[in-house]
Amino acid sequence: MAIDAATVRRVAHLARIKTPEDRLEPLAAELNGILAWIEQLNEVDVDGVEPMTSNVHQPMRLRDDVVTDGGKVGDVLSNAPKSADGFFVVPKVVE
Amino acid sequence: MSDLTRLTLKAALDGLKAKSFSSEEITRGFVANIDAANPRLNAYVVQTTDKALDMARAADARIAKGEGGPLEGAPLGIKDLFCTDGVQTTAGSNMLRGFVPPYESTVTANLWRDGAVMLGKLNMDEFAMGSSNETSAFGPVVNPWKSSASNADLTPGGSSGGSASAVAGDLCLAATASDTGGSIRQPAAFTGTVGVKPTYGRASRFGMVAFASSLDQAGPITKTVEDAAILLRSMCSFDPKDSTSLDIETPDWTQSLGKGVKGLRIGVPKEYVVDGMPAEIQALWDQGVQWLKAAGAEIVEISLPHTKYALPAYYIIAPAEASSNLARYDGMRFGHRATDAKSLTDLYETSRAEGFGKEVQRRLTIGAYVLSAGFYDAYYVRALKVRRRIAMDFDAVWDRVDAILTPSTPSAAFALGDKQIDPLQMYLNDIFTVTANLAGLPGISVPAGVDKGGLPLGLQVIGKALDEATVFQVADVLEQSAGFVAKPEKWW
Amino acid sequence: MTDTTTPSQLIQGRTGAWEIVMGLEIHAQVASKAKLFSGAAVGFGAGPNEQVSLVDAGFPGMLPVLNKFCVEQAVRTGLGLNARINKRSQFDRKNYFYPDLPTGYQISQLYHPIVGEGVVEVEAEDGSFFNVGIERLHLEQDAGKLIHDLSPTESYVDLNRAGTALMEIVSRPDIRSPEEAVAYVKKIRTILIYLGTCDGDMEKGNLRADVNVSVCREGQYEKFKATGDFSHLGTRCEIKNVNSFRFISQAINYEARRQIEILEDGGKIDQETRLYDPTAGETRSMRSKEEAMDYRYFPDPDLLPLELEQAWIDEIKANLPELPDEKRRRLMSQYGLSQYDAGVLVAERGKADLFERLLKEREERDPKLVANTVTQFVSTYANAVGQEITSDGVFRLTFPRVDEYVLLVERGVVSSRTAKELQEAMADSDDSPAKIVVDRGLQQVTDTGAIEKAVDEIIAANPDKAAAVAEKPQAIGWFVGQVMKATGGKANPAAVNDILKAKLGL
Ligand SMILES: [Mg+2]
Ligand SMILES: [Zn+2]
Repeated sequence: MAIDAATVRRVAHLARIKTPEDRLEPLAAELNGILAWIEQLNEVDVDGVEPMTSNVHQPMRLRDDVVTDGGKVGDVLSNAPKSADGFFVVPKVVE
Repeated sequence: MSDLTRLTLKAALDGLKAKSFSSEEITRGFVANIDAANPRLNAYVVQTTDKALDMARAADARIAKGEGGPLEGAPLGIKDLFCTDGVQTTAGSNMLRGFVPPYESTVTANLWRDGAVMLGKLNMDEFAMGSSNETSAFGPVVNPWKSSASNADLTPGGSSGGSASAVAGDLCLAATASDTGGSIRQPAAFTGTVGVKPTYGRASRFGMVAFASSLDQAGPITKTVEDAAILLRSMCSFDPKDSTSLDIETPDWTQSLGKGVKGLRIGVPKEYVVDGMPAEIQALWDQGVQWLKAAGAEIVEISLPHTKYALPAYYIIAPAEASSNLARYDGMRFGHRATDAKSLTDLYETSRAEGFGKEVQRRLTIGAYVLSAGFYDAYYVRALKVRRRIAMDFDAVWDRVDAILTPSTPSAAFALGDKQIDPLQMYLNDIFTVTANLAGLPGISVPAGVDKGGLPLGLQVIGKALDEATVFQVADVLEQSAGFVAKPEKWW
Repeated sequence: MTDTTTPSQLIQGRTGAWEIVMGLEIHAQVASKAKLFSGAAVGFGAGPNEQVSLVDAGFPGMLPVLNKFCVEQAVRTGLGLNARINKRSQFDRKNYFYPDLPTGYQISQLYHPIVGEGVVEVEAEDGSFFNVGIERLHLEQDAGKLIHDLSPTESYVDLNRAGTALMEIVSRPDIRSPEEAVAYVKKIRTILIYLGTCDGDMEKGNLRADVNVSVCREGQYEKFKATGDFSHLGTRCEIKNVNSFRFISQAINYEARRQIEILEDGGKIDQETRLYDPTAGETRSMRSKEEAMDYRYFPDPDLLPLELEQAWIDEIKANLPELPDEKRRRLMSQYGLSQYDAGVLVAERGKADLFERLLKEREERDPKLVANTVTQFVSTYANAVGQEITSDGVFRLTFPRVDEYVLLVERGVVSSRTAKELQEAMADSDDSPAKIVVDRGLQQVTDTGAIEKAVDEIIAANPDKAAAVAEKPQAIGWFVGQVMKATGGKANPAAVNDILKAKLGL
């Protein structure tokens, strides 16, 4: 599964990281090196093995339906690059 | 005055309680040390001196009244991964430069509850992605240790490099750190300090900037095993705000110290003998085995057959989780926003390209790739299955051994710049530590000797889930046997 | 069940007949106080970002904790849809970038939803029934809101809605016409309201539908049904967030014709997300092809698998209210109502509740009369004032007033003609119906003396007509009309008839 420049372009876009054209090839080479090393996982017999997503072996706790938060517009906007009238302000979104 | 800063956490707490000195005195001592050392070591990215002195005076007032918590008056350094209310928190990234959280992480809140004093925020690899602290947006941290063979600046390891360097250089009594693949234990080994990663779920992740949620765990870096037992206890707690937090009691691990290891069965996994491992590391490991044997432990050779697959599995799982965890850094609500973007997409892409460093970008790209359509099963799901195989390896030996002894790292601290060219070389630093993260097990690194250049080397003890007690018990014996007292010579 | 592939649902194109195939995704906001994963309030009308916690805003180090009530509502709804409850489910992250999505991912359930397959019985316009298969129901977070009209160059972001719990109900591609689609959404909405798990308020966006539309040649759907092979069906387009019944129908009609035109011109349909623009009456593409979404779903590592205990599920099941289908069947058997009347009553729970309360209030009531009162008089009024009927009535038509109205009709105090007038007066006044009847003189005259007097006068004035009745008994109608006229329409028609017959010797 070798990665080419087009794949790097696509994945970098998925990750929303601007990647100049002249970086695509070197990045592809780098990622291929890492992925080639990762390929050794194919040696492992994983037949019938459940994927392990967590180390925690307890059922998930649930909270009660009580309002305990909110009403803190100041905090919410405290680090905003731009805000106005209680809103975050972002460049025009065209739908 | 500067003598106070060489105390262990335990000795300082005793002295404070006995009113032999005040928190303000010892705090001022550390402030002076930081002022002098930080221009060279670069361990702190933020100093909170005024806040520290306020907290110290408040602690002194409580001590004067005969009150105070288990950490009363103890000046600590905080890894910049922990959100601190009103104090800049950046996770070592330009993305969060200037970010001031209006909230406190549970781990640090526990420390302030127990009376600790905050000296400042400690440098780290960007978003905890790195093993040398060279990915930090604030520049690399320098290890207080130097090899007798060279004057080169060495790495303190990573990602908790600032924590390790600060503790080794007496810039705090102890420090908080975090460990996703070895980021507490590797820097501890590189700096002659003690580092503990507890069982996953012991320490709350609330308010800790996430790298890989299923692996991240907070823990202390300290001067001694006893200090680690004390600080870890304060850091850990059940937290209803973290769904993966374990609803269990936090024991007093100092009770495990001085018990010896007589009758304990210590596993030595043959798969941890890796190609190209320096003879000194093997010798240190053998030495550790001898110490434990001499103290009455039974040594059991064990096999953890999937060990070699741990790192490649980690380099799928951690970047995959990170690619999602770091999607919130988009320049919309906080963090860096590019100024001259032409469209919304351009704003996202430019903000993130400007805000994230190269290693973070590399991992986010890998993470997006292994989760993307057509590769999810082949990479991500397979890695999760291998992860279970690794956990099963451990499960299979716990009926025969009580703890496992391994080296902490495959080498001593290396020079800054040495491993920057090849990411894979850098990744190999975590080869002995990453298994405990994947399996969620507690692990400790204890300084146990020096290499031929006089640089510290660490031994790692891995325990059963929730059995930090045995880990501390074994670590205590290693510490006593090694009698490691070397300190870096002050060159800064 | 009736066959859903009826010729009337075919669309004739230039090159032959086409069939429409649809699957719907309904997003229903859970009627909870707090959000799915945070303690911020859920609601409408708060100031911007007032109902936002730092968890909702995706701040570093913030973590989700699941709301138990929301889980319970998903289970209730699953049970109400006759669906399988999965005792073990899991939350996944759906990754994409958008300014209304603070964390850069939506917590949803892809791989292991909380509710699995079910089936819903829907009544079509013609009174027949069709089944719609439910593929799944899962819990997920809603996104925030973008406001575009506050600045020409910028968008404003309000995260009040971000993190609100949604139930996404995904149907099988069993829906075959715009009318069926509307009937299906109405049915789901009714079930949700009965269960109390969602208020069904479409205007506020608390219930909205994504419609997946494809077209295929006549007969292809049958092949799909027989084989389960989707390749028999056409490529589908998803029309996002349609939030009224009218728009659902319009959007489907437009979209089906658009697709047929493309296909008949030899083109091909791109699988894409489209938006219905009600002003233009058309659907348009939302995202270009290069932007094709790759959501990189994976299990959310901040959460653990959700495990439900059978005893808890059983308890929820035991406490389910009577659902519309059950209620319809019961109203038919218990009260002898027609399928139509019963259907109209159960379509809005409040109508059925009011109907049953009126019947329970007094013994020996005529269910048909009460049903008509609710489905006509009260319903017309409710529509006019734009309010929902409950067991307490609606606005001015409070339960006691409606009850009194029925009583006045039952006792013959008002006639069918004056009843109409009484209804109109009741809508404009809060006076008791009895007072209105008295004030306006609407009572039916059953005083035989008064009627006899009127009959005598009319016979006396029209001797020739009276004589003719002997040979032509149906001519009595003329006399009835005259008596009613003379009494201002208040005479009891039965009494008038009896007295006329006696006096005319019939
Ligand atoms: Mg959908
Ligand atoms: Zn959805």
